[in-house]
Amino acid sequence: MLIKLLTLTLVLALNGFTTLRAQTASDEIAKYREMLADGNPAELFEGAGEELWGKPMGPNGKSLQTCDLGLGAGVVDGAFAQLPRYFKDTQRVQDLESRLVTCMQVIQGIEVNEIMADEFGKGQRKNIEAIVAYVVTHSKGLKINPPMKHPKEKAFYELGEKAFYFRAGPMDFSCATCHGIQGQRIRLQDLPLIASNQGAAMAWGTWPAYRVSSGEFWTMQRRLADCYRQQRFPSPKYTSDVTIALSMFMAAKAKGGLVQTPGLKR
Amino acid sequence: MFRKMHMTKFFTMLLSLTAALWIPLSYADDSAFKAMMGSSFQPIGIASLERLVQDENQLACSNVKKDQLQLSDALKSRIEKNNLQAVVLPADQQYFGNWKEGEKIAQSGKGSTWSDKSDDVNGGSCYNCHQLDKKEISYGNIGPSLYNYGKLRGSSPAVIQYTWSKLYNAKAYNACSNMPRFGTFHLLTENQLRDLMSLLFDPLSPVNQ
Repeated sequence: MLIKLLTLTLVLALNGFTTLRAQTASDEIAKYREMLADGNPAELFEGAGEELWGKPMGPNGKSLQTCDLGLGAGVVDGAFAQLPRYFKDTQRVQDLESRLVTCMQVIQGIEVNEIMADEFGKGQRKNIEAIVAYVVTHSKGLKINPPMKHPKEKAFYELGEKAFYFRAGPMDFSCATCHGIQGQRIRLQDLPLIASNQGAAMAWGTWPAYRVSSGEFWTMQRRLADCYRQQRFPSPKYTSDVTIALSMFMAAKAKGGLVQTPGLKR
Repeated sequence: MFRKMHMTKFFTMLLSLTAALWIPLSYADDSAFKAMMGSSFQPIGIASLERLVQDENQLACSNVKKDQLQLSDALKSRIEKNNLQAVVLPADQQYFGNWKEGEKIAQSGKGSTWSDKSDDVNGGSCYNCHQLDKKEISYGNIGPSLYNYGKLRGSSPAVIQYTWSKLYNAKAYNACSNMPRFGTFHLLTENQLRDLMSLLFDPLSPVNQ
Protein backbone atom coordinates (compact mmCIF):
# COMPACT_ATOMS: atom_id res chain seq x y z
CA MET A 1 0.00 0.00 0.00
CA LEU A 2 2.79 2.41 0.97
CA ILE A 3 4.67 1.67 -2.21
CA LYS A 4 1.50 2.19 -4.20
CA LEU A 5 0.98 5.58 -2.58
CA LEU A 6 4.58 6.60 -3.21
CA THR A 7 4.25 5.59 -6.83
CA LEU A 8 1.10 7.64 -7.13
CA THR A 9 2.74 10.68 -5.56
CA LEU A 10 5.65 10.32 -7.97
CA VAL A 11 3.36 9.93 -10.96
CA LEU A 12 1.36 12.98 -9.94
CA ALA A 13 4.51 15.03 -9.27
CA LEU A 14 6.02 14.12 -12.63
CA ASN A 15 2.81 15.01 -14.34
CA GLY A 16 2.82 18.33 -12.56
CA PHE A 17 6.11 19.22 -14.26
CA THR A 18 5.16 18.16 -17.73
CA THR A 19 2.27 19.74 -19.54
CA LEU A 20 -0.56 17.74 -18.22
CA ARG A 21 -3.49 17.26 -20.53
CA ALA A 22 -6.88 17.40 -18.92
CA GLN A 23 -7.70 13.86 -19.96
CA THR A 24 -4.52 12.55 -18.36
CA ALA A 25 -5.42 14.15 -15.06
CA SER A 26 -8.78 12.51 -15.27
CA ASP A 27 -7.06 9.14 -15.78
CA GLU A 28 -4.95 9.75 -12.67
CA ILE A 29 -8.06 10.24 -10.62
CA ALA A 30 -9.34 6.91 -11.94
CA LYS A 31 -6.07 5.25 -10.87
CA TYR A 32 -6.32 6.77 -7.42
CA ARG A 33 -9.85 5.44 -7.13
CA GLU A 34 -8.72 1.97 -8.17
CA MET A 35 -6.02 1.97 -5.51
CA LEU A 36 -8.38 2.95 -2.73
CA ALA A 37 -11.03 0.50 -3.86
CA ASP A 38 -9.24 -2.31 -1.98
CA GLY A 39 -10.21 -0.66 1.26
CA ASN A 40 -13.21 1.55 0.61
CA PRO A 41 -13.85 3.38 3.91
CA ALA A 42 -17.58 2.89 3.24
CA GLU A 43 -16.99 -0.47 4.94
CA LEU A 44 -16.98 1.34 8.28
CA PHE A 45 -20.43 2.73 7.57
CA GLU A 46 -21.59 -0.66 6.36
CA GLY A 47 -20.51 -2.32 9.62
CA ALA A 48 -22.34 0.31 11.66
CA GLY A 49 -25.40 -0.14 9.45
CA GLU A 50 -25.50 -3.89 9.92
CA GLU A 51 -25.49 -3.38 13.66
CA LEU A 52 -28.25 -0.75 13.48
CA TRP A 53 -30.39 -3.03 11.29
CA GLY A 54 -30.49 -5.68 14.01
CA LYS A 55 -30.70 -3.39 17.03
CA PRO A 56 -34.00 -2.75 18.87
CA MET A 57 -34.62 1.01 18.68
CA GLY A 58 -37.29 3.72 18.83
CA PRO A 59 -40.33 4.00 21.12
CA ASN A 60 -41.42 0.45 20.12
CA GLY A 61 -38.02 -1.04 20.94
CA LYS A 62 -37.92 -3.10 17.75
CA SER A 63 -35.24 -3.81 15.17
CA LEU A 64 -35.66 -3.38 11.42
CA GLN A 65 -35.29 -7.13 10.82
CA THR A 66 -38.91 -7.38 9.68
CA CYS A 67 -38.63 -4.40 7.30
CA ASP A 68 -39.81 -5.25 3.76
CA LEU A 69 -37.51 -3.64 1.19
CA GLY A 70 -39.49 -5.15 -1.68
CA LEU A 71 -38.40 -8.78 -1.65
CA GLY A 72 -40.22 -9.78 1.54
CA ALA A 73 -39.92 -9.06 5.27
CA GLY A 74 -36.30 -8.82 6.34
CA VAL A 75 -34.78 -9.71 2.94
CA VAL A 76 -31.71 -7.55 2.38
CA ASP A 77 -29.86 -9.60 -0.24
CA GLY A 78 -30.56 -8.19 -3.69
CA ALA A 79 -33.21 -5.73 -2.49
CA PHE A 80 -31.40 -2.55 -3.55
CA ALA A 81 -30.91 -3.81 -7.12
CA GLN A 82 -34.71 -3.80 -7.54
CA LEU A 83 -35.41 -0.33 -6.17
CA PRO A 84 -37.15 2.07 -6.54
CA ARG A 85 -40.45 0.19 -6.71
CA TYR A 86 -44.12 0.50 -5.82
CA PHE A 87 -45.12 -0.66 -2.33
CA LYS A 88 -48.71 -1.74 -1.72
CA ASP A 89 -48.80 -0.81 1.96
CA THR A 90 -47.82 2.82 1.43
CA GLN A 91 -49.25 3.03 -2.12
CA ARG A 92 -46.12 4.91 -3.09
CA VAL A 93 -43.11 4.39 -5.30
CA GLN A 94 -40.21 4.37 -2.85
CA ASP A 95 -36.45 4.45 -3.01
CA LEU A 96 -34.33 2.76 -0.35
CA GLU A 97 -34.22 5.78 1.94
CA SER A 98 -37.92 6.56 1.87
CA ARG A 99 -38.62 2.85 2.49
CA LEU A 100 -36.31 2.87 5.52
CA VAL A 101 -38.15 5.94 6.82
CA THR A 102 -41.43 4.00 6.48
CA CYS A 103 -40.01 1.02 8.39
CA MET A 104 -38.59 3.21 11.15
CA GLN A 105 -41.96 4.89 11.49
CA VAL A 106 -44.20 1.81 11.30
CA ILE A 107 -42.02 -0.77 13.05
CA GLN A 108 -39.97 1.31 15.47
CA GLY A 109 -42.42 4.16 16.07
CA ILE A 110 -39.88 6.88 15.25
CA GLU A 111 -41.43 10.25 14.33
CA VAL A 112 -41.06 11.06 10.62
CA ASN A 113 -40.82 14.76 11.49
CA GLU A 114 -37.73 14.02 13.53
CA ILE A 115 -36.04 12.40 10.52
CA MET A 116 -37.12 15.20 8.18
CA ALA A 117 -35.80 17.88 10.53
CA ASP A 118 -32.34 16.30 10.69
CA GLU A 119 -29.53 17.31 8.36
CA PHE A 120 -27.52 14.85 6.32
CA GLY A 121 -24.91 13.16 8.49
CA LYS A 122 -26.74 13.93 11.74
CA GLY A 123 -29.20 12.28 14.13
CA GLN A 124 -31.64 9.74 12.66
CA ARG A 125 -30.47 10.68 9.17
CA LYS A 126 -26.99 9.44 10.07
CA ASN A 127 -28.42 6.08 11.13
CA ILE A 128 -30.28 5.78 7.84
CA GLU A 129 -27.07 6.50 5.93
CA ALA A 130 -25.25 3.67 7.70
CA ILE A 131 -28.15 1.27 7.07
CA VAL A 132 -28.11 2.33 3.40
CA ALA A 133 -24.41 1.42 3.22
CA TYR A 134 -25.26 -2.00 4.69
CA VAL A 135 -28.20 -2.67 2.36
CA VAL A 136 -26.56 -1.57 -0.91
CA THR A 137 -23.48 -3.67 -0.19
CA HIS A 138 -25.77 -6.70 -0.26
CA SER A 139 -26.63 -6.01 -3.91
CA LYS A 140 -23.04 -5.46 -5.02
CA GLY A 141 -22.31 -7.19 -8.33
CA LEU A 142 -25.99 -7.75 -9.19
CA LYS A 143 -27.68 -6.29 -12.23
CA ILE A 144 -29.74 -3.15 -11.79
CA ASN A 145 -33.28 -4.39 -12.26
CA PRO A 146 -36.17 -2.24 -11.00
CA PRO A 147 -39.48 -3.97 -11.84
CA MET A 148 -41.05 -1.01 -13.77
CA LYS A 149 -44.37 -2.86 -14.12
CA HIS A 150 -46.81 -0.99 -11.90
CA PRO A 151 -48.47 2.07 -13.54
CA LYS A 152 -47.19 4.26 -10.70
CA GLU A 153 -43.63 3.12 -11.39
CA LYS A 154 -44.09 4.07 -15.04
CA ALA A 155 -45.63 7.39 -14.04
CA PHE A 156 -42.69 8.13 -11.76
CA TYR A 157 -40.27 7.32 -14.57
CA GLU A 158 -41.98 9.89 -16.78
CA LEU A 159 -42.11 12.46 -14.00
CA GLY A 160 -38.42 11.90 -13.38
CA GLU A 161 -37.62 12.32 -17.05
CA LYS A 162 -39.51 15.60 -17.08
CA ALA A 163 -37.72 16.77 -13.95
CA PHE A 164 -34.40 15.85 -15.58
CA TYR A 165 -35.02 18.33 -18.42
CA PHE A 166 -36.71 21.01 -16.27
CA ARG A 167 -34.81 24.28 -16.63
CA ALA A 168 -35.27 26.98 -14.04
CA GLY A 169 -33.51 29.18 -11.52
CA PRO A 170 -31.16 32.15 -11.93
CA MET A 171 -28.76 30.15 -14.13
CA ASP A 172 -31.35 28.36 -16.35
CA PHE A 173 -29.90 24.99 -15.36
CA SER A 174 -31.54 21.56 -15.60
CA CYS A 175 -29.99 18.17 -14.80
CA ALA A 176 -29.51 17.83 -18.56
CA THR A 177 -27.32 20.96 -18.72
CA CYS A 178 -24.47 18.89 -17.31
CA HIS A 179 -25.68 15.30 -17.87
CA GLY A 180 -27.34 15.62 -21.29
CA ILE A 181 -24.44 15.13 -23.70
CA GLN A 182 -21.83 12.37 -23.96
CA GLY A 183 -18.26 13.22 -22.90
CA GLN A 184 -18.95 16.41 -20.97
CA ARG A 185 -16.84 17.67 -18.06
CA ILE A 186 -17.17 20.35 -15.38
CA ARG A 187 -13.55 21.33 -14.78
CA LEU A 188 -11.93 17.84 -14.69
CA GLN A 189 -14.99 16.02 -13.40
CA ASP A 190 -16.42 13.64 -16.00
CA LEU A 191 -20.20 13.82 -16.21
CA PRO A 192 -22.14 10.71 -17.21
CA LEU A 193 -24.84 11.12 -19.86
CA ILE A 194 -27.71 10.00 -17.66
CA ALA A 195 -30.18 9.77 -20.54
CA SER A 196 -28.13 6.79 -21.87
CA ASN A 197 -28.05 3.26 -20.47
CA GLN A 198 -24.30 3.29 -19.90
CA GLY A 199 -24.25 6.76 -18.33
CA ALA A 200 -27.23 6.00 -16.10
CA ALA A 201 -25.53 2.78 -14.95
CA MET A 202 -22.42 4.81 -14.15
CA ALA A 203 -24.44 7.22 -12.01
CA TRP A 204 -27.04 4.95 -10.43
CA GLY A 205 -24.61 2.04 -10.06
CA THR A 206 -21.89 3.94 -8.18
CA TRP A 207 -23.94 6.03 -5.71
CA PRO A 208 -24.26 5.86 -2.68
CA ALA A 209 -20.55 6.40 -2.24
CA TYR A 210 -17.79 7.31 0.16
CA ARG A 211 -16.40 10.77 -0.65
CA VAL A 212 -12.67 11.04 -0.12
CA SER A 213 -12.70 14.88 -0.13
CA SER A 214 -15.12 15.20 2.75
CA GLY A 215 -14.70 11.82 4.48
CA GLU A 216 -18.46 11.34 4.35
CA PHE A 217 -20.77 8.64 3.07
CA TRP A 218 -23.26 10.17 0.65
CA THR A 219 -26.57 8.50 -0.14
CA MET A 220 -28.41 9.14 -3.42
CA GLN A 221 -30.75 11.53 -1.59
CA ARG A 222 -27.75 13.58 -0.51
CA ARG A 223 -26.19 13.38 -3.98
CA LEU A 224 -29.39 14.70 -5.59
CA ALA A 225 -29.80 17.45 -2.99
CA ASP A 226 -26.30 18.72 -3.77
CA CYS A 227 -26.96 18.58 -7.52
CA TYR A 228 -29.98 20.83 -6.95
CA ARG A 229 -27.89 23.14 -4.75
CA GLN A 230 -25.42 23.59 -7.58
CA GLN A 231 -28.29 23.98 -10.01
CA ARG A 232 -29.21 27.01 -7.85
CA PHE A 233 -32.64 25.53 -7.13
CA PRO A 234 -34.38 25.56 -3.75
CA SER A 235 -33.74 22.44 -1.68
CA PRO A 236 -35.51 19.15 -2.43
CA LYS A 237 -37.16 17.81 0.72
CA TYR A 238 -35.74 14.52 2.00
CA THR A 239 -37.41 11.59 0.16
CA SER A 240 -39.67 14.01 -1.76
CA ASP A 241 -41.41 12.79 -4.91
CA VAL A 242 -39.02 14.62 -7.25
CA THR A 243 -36.02 12.80 -5.77
CA ILE A 244 -37.76 9.43 -6.08
CA ALA A 245 -38.97 10.19 -9.61
CA LEU A 246 -35.42 11.09 -10.67
CA SER A 247 -34.18 7.90 -9.01
CA MET A 248 -36.83 5.83 -10.84
CA PHE A 249 -35.75 7.47 -14.12
CA MET A 250 -32.06 6.75 -13.50
CA ALA A 251 -32.55 3.20 -12.23
CA ALA A 252 -34.81 2.24 -15.16
CA LYS A 253 -32.41 3.82 -17.67
CA ALA A 254 -29.56 1.93 -15.96
CA LYS A 255 -31.33 -1.47 -16.21
CA GLY A 256 -28.86 -4.28 -16.84
CA GLY A 257 -25.89 -2.27 -15.58
CA LEU A 258 -24.01 -3.39 -12.47
CA VAL A 259 -24.63 -2.34 -8.89
CA GLN A 260 -21.15 -1.24 -7.80
CA THR A 261 -22.17 0.48 -4.60
CA PRO A 262 -20.89 1.63 -2.25
CA GLY A 263 -18.84 3.67 -4.71
CA LEU A 264 -15.73 5.71 -4.08
CA LYS A 265 -15.67 9.34 -5.17
CA ARG A 266 -13.20 12.18 -5.02
CA MET B 1 -59.43 30.76 -29.98
CA PHE B 2 -61.47 28.46 -32.21
CA ARG B 3 -58.33 26.59 -33.03
CA LYS B 4 -57.58 26.16 -29.36
CA MET B 5 -61.04 24.71 -28.70
CA HIS B 6 -60.61 22.37 -31.58
CA MET B 7 -57.32 21.13 -30.21
CA THR B 8 -58.79 20.59 -26.75
CA LYS B 9 -61.67 18.62 -28.23
CA PHE B 10 -59.24 16.62 -30.31
CA PHE B 11 -57.12 15.69 -27.31
CA THR B 12 -60.16 14.80 -25.21
CA MET B 13 -61.26 12.46 -27.96
CA LEU B 14 -57.82 11.00 -28.27
CA LEU B 15 -57.61 10.45 -24.52
CA SER B 16 -60.96 8.69 -24.25
CA LEU B 17 -60.01 6.59 -27.25
CA THR B 18 -56.73 5.49 -25.69
CA ALA B 19 -58.45 4.89 -22.36
CA ALA B 20 -60.91 2.62 -24.12
CA LEU B 21 -58.08 0.73 -25.74
CA TRP B 22 -56.10 0.52 -22.49
CA ILE B 23 -53.04 2.04 -24.10
CA PRO B 24 -52.06 4.99 -22.01
CA LEU B 25 -50.48 7.82 -24.00
CA SER B 26 -48.64 9.03 -20.97
CA TYR B 27 -48.59 7.97 -17.36
CA ALA B 28 -47.71 11.39 -16.06
CA ASP B 29 -49.63 14.48 -17.14
CA ASP B 30 -48.72 18.10 -16.63
CA SER B 31 -50.81 18.55 -13.52
CA ALA B 32 -49.08 15.58 -11.87
CA PHE B 33 -45.71 17.13 -12.71
CA LYS B 34 -46.73 20.52 -11.33
CA ALA B 35 -48.03 18.90 -8.15
CA MET B 36 -44.76 17.01 -7.73
CA MET B 37 -42.58 20.09 -8.22
CA GLY B 38 -44.88 22.13 -5.96
CA SER B 39 -44.65 19.70 -3.06
CA SER B 40 -41.04 18.54 -3.34
CA PHE B 41 -38.99 21.65 -2.57
CA GLN B 42 -38.39 23.96 0.36
CA PRO B 43 -36.72 27.37 0.34
CA ILE B 44 -33.33 27.68 2.05
CA GLY B 45 -31.61 31.03 2.49
CA ILE B 46 -31.51 32.95 -0.78
CA ALA B 47 -32.83 29.98 -2.80
CA SER B 48 -36.56 30.76 -2.78
CA LEU B 49 -39.37 28.70 -4.30
CA GLU B 50 -39.84 31.44 -6.91
CA ARG B 51 -36.75 30.04 -8.58
CA LEU B 52 -38.92 27.15 -9.79
CA VAL B 53 -41.20 29.48 -11.76
CA GLN B 54 -40.09 29.20 -15.38
CA ASP B 55 -40.02 32.05 -17.86
CA GLU B 56 -41.01 31.40 -21.48
CA ASN B 57 -37.39 30.70 -22.38
CA GLN B 58 -36.81 28.09 -19.67
CA LEU B 59 -40.12 26.40 -20.41
CA ALA B 60 -39.38 26.17 -24.13
CA CYS B 61 -35.95 24.66 -23.43
CA SER B 62 -37.29 21.98 -21.05
CA ASN B 63 -38.70 19.79 -23.79
CA VAL B 64 -38.28 16.14 -22.85
CA LYS B 65 -38.51 14.33 -26.10
CA LYS B 66 -35.14 14.77 -27.43
CA ASP B 67 -31.53 14.89 -26.97
CA GLN B 68 -31.85 17.81 -29.30
CA LEU B 69 -34.14 20.65 -28.42
CA GLN B 70 -36.45 21.42 -31.26
CA LEU B 71 -38.13 24.77 -31.11
CA SER B 72 -40.18 26.22 -33.94
CA ASP B 73 -38.30 28.92 -35.83
CA ALA B 74 -40.83 31.51 -34.72
CA LEU B 75 -40.49 30.65 -31.02
CA LYS B 76 -36.70 30.49 -31.24
CA SER B 77 -36.44 33.91 -32.87
CA ARG B 78 -38.96 35.47 -30.46
CA ILE B 79 -36.99 34.17 -27.46
CA GLU B 80 -33.70 35.39 -28.90
CA LYS B 81 -35.17 38.79 -29.76
CA ASN B 82 -36.58 39.25 -26.25
CA ASN B 83 -33.23 38.34 -24.72
CA LEU B 84 -31.33 40.68 -27.02
CA GLN B 85 -33.67 43.48 -25.96
CA ALA B 86 -32.80 42.73 -22.35
CA VAL B 87 -29.10 43.44 -22.98
CA VAL B 88 -27.85 46.69 -21.45
CA LEU B 89 -24.69 48.01 -23.08
CA PRO B 90 -22.13 49.47 -20.64
CA ALA B 91 -22.37 53.09 -19.57
CA ASP B 92 -20.23 55.49 -21.69
CA GLN B 93 -19.27 52.63 -24.03
CA GLN B 94 -16.73 51.55 -21.38
CA TYR B 95 -16.37 47.89 -22.32
CA PHE B 96 -13.12 47.06 -20.55
CA GLY B 97 -11.69 46.64 -17.04
CA ASN B 98 -8.81 44.60 -15.68
CA TRP B 99 -7.94 41.13 -17.05
CA LYS B 100 -6.32 40.08 -13.76
CA GLU B 101 -9.61 40.62 -11.97
CA GLY B 102 -11.32 38.89 -14.89
CA GLU B 103 -9.16 35.79 -14.38
CA LYS B 104 -10.25 35.63 -10.71
CA ILE B 105 -13.90 35.93 -11.72
CA ALA B 106 -13.43 33.20 -14.35
CA GLN B 107 -11.89 30.90 -11.72
CA SER B 108 -14.59 31.40 -9.10
CA GLY B 109 -17.66 29.18 -9.19
CA LYS B 110 -19.16 30.78 -6.11
CA GLY B 111 -22.56 32.29 -5.74
CA SER B 112 -26.36 32.02 -5.82
CA THR B 113 -26.67 28.61 -4.14
CA TRP B 114 -28.65 28.13 -0.93
CA SER B 115 -25.36 28.00 0.98
CA ASP B 116 -24.33 31.47 -0.26
CA LYS B 117 -25.35 34.79 1.27
CA SER B 118 -27.16 37.48 -0.70
CA ASP B 119 -24.19 39.85 -0.41
CA ASP B 120 -21.57 37.26 -1.43
CA VAL B 121 -19.74 38.18 -4.63
CA ASN B 122 -20.59 35.80 -7.45
CA GLY B 123 -18.00 34.22 -9.68
CA GLY B 124 -18.48 33.60 -13.38
CA SER B 125 -17.71 29.84 -13.24
CA CYS B 126 -16.11 30.27 -16.68
CA TYR B 127 -13.53 27.48 -16.26
CA ASN B 128 -16.30 25.07 -15.30
CA CYS B 129 -17.20 24.92 -19.00
CA HIS B 130 -14.51 26.75 -21.03
CA GLN B 131 -10.78 26.63 -21.65
CA LEU B 132 -9.27 30.13 -21.26
CA ASP B 133 -5.67 30.43 -19.99
CA LYS B 134 -3.78 27.52 -21.51
CA LYS B 135 -1.83 27.04 -18.27
CA GLU B 136 -5.03 26.20 -16.42
CA ILE B 137 -5.56 22.50 -17.10
CA SER B 138 -8.65 22.17 -14.95
CA TYR B 139 -11.29 23.37 -17.37
CA GLY B 140 -14.60 21.91 -18.52
CA ASN B 141 -15.78 21.30 -22.06
CA ILE B 142 -19.50 22.07 -22.01
CA GLY B 143 -18.73 25.34 -23.81
CA PRO B 144 -16.19 25.95 -26.60
CA SER B 145 -12.54 26.79 -25.88
CA LEU B 146 -12.01 30.53 -25.51
CA TYR B 147 -8.22 30.29 -25.72
CA ASN B 148 -6.92 33.09 -27.99
CA TYR B 149 -10.41 34.60 -28.08
CA GLY B 150 -9.36 38.17 -28.86
CA LYS B 151 -6.35 37.19 -30.92
CA LEU B 152 -8.50 35.14 -33.29
CA ARG B 153 -11.43 37.51 -33.55
CA GLY B 154 -9.81 40.93 -33.43
CA SER B 155 -11.47 43.81 -31.63
CA SER B 156 -13.82 45.48 -34.09
CA PRO B 157 -16.76 47.34 -32.51
CA ALA B 158 -19.10 44.60 -33.78
CA VAL B 159 -17.10 41.80 -32.13
CA ILE B 160 -16.84 43.76 -28.89
CA GLN B 161 -20.55 44.51 -28.74
CA TYR B 162 -21.43 40.92 -29.62
CA THR B 163 -19.16 39.56 -26.88
CA TRP B 164 -20.57 41.93 -24.26
CA SER B 165 -24.09 40.91 -25.25
CA LYS B 166 -23.19 37.21 -25.17
CA LEU B 167 -21.83 37.55 -21.62
CA TYR B 168 -24.80 39.69 -20.60
CA ASN B 169 -27.43 37.37 -22.06
CA ALA B 170 -26.22 34.24 -23.89
CA LYS B 171 -29.77 33.36 -24.95
CA ALA B 172 -29.84 36.42 -27.23
CA TYR B 173 -27.94 34.33 -29.80
CA ASN B 174 -28.94 30.78 -28.92
CA ALA B 175 -32.34 30.32 -27.29
CA CYS B 176 -31.42 27.11 -25.42
CA SER B 177 -27.75 27.84 -24.75
CA ASN B 178 -26.38 26.13 -21.63
CA MET B 179 -24.75 29.42 -20.57
CA PRO B 180 -26.41 31.53 -17.85
CA ARG B 181 -27.70 35.05 -18.54
CA PHE B 182 -25.11 36.78 -16.37
CA GLY B 183 -26.19 40.39 -16.83
CA THR B 184 -29.94 39.99 -17.16
CA PHE B 185 -30.19 37.86 -14.01
CA HIS B 186 -27.72 40.08 -12.07
CA LEU B 187 -25.29 37.23 -11.56
CA LEU B 188 -22.36 39.51 -12.43
CA THR B 189 -22.06 43.28 -12.12
CA GLU B 190 -21.25 45.61 -15.00
CA ASN B 191 -17.71 46.01 -13.66
CA GLN B 192 -17.23 42.25 -13.42
CA LEU B 193 -18.37 41.92 -17.04
CA ARG B 194 -15.81 44.59 -18.01
CA ASP B 195 -13.09 42.57 -16.28
CA LEU B 196 -14.13 39.45 -18.19
CA MET B 197 -14.11 41.42 -21.45
CA SER B 198 -10.48 42.36 -20.72
CA LEU B 199 -9.65 38.73 -19.97
CA LEU B 200 -10.97 37.85 -23.43
CA PHE B 201 -9.55 40.78 -25.44
CA ASP B 202 -6.51 42.31 -23.67
CA PRO B 203 -3.34 41.46 -25.64
CA LEU B 204 -1.57 40.94 -22.28
CA SER B 205 -4.25 38.58 -20.97
CA PRO B 206 -3.12 34.92 -20.71
CA VAL B 207 -6.05 34.07 -22.97
CA ASN B 208 -4.27 35.74 -25.88
CA GLN B 209 -0.75 34.37 -25.32
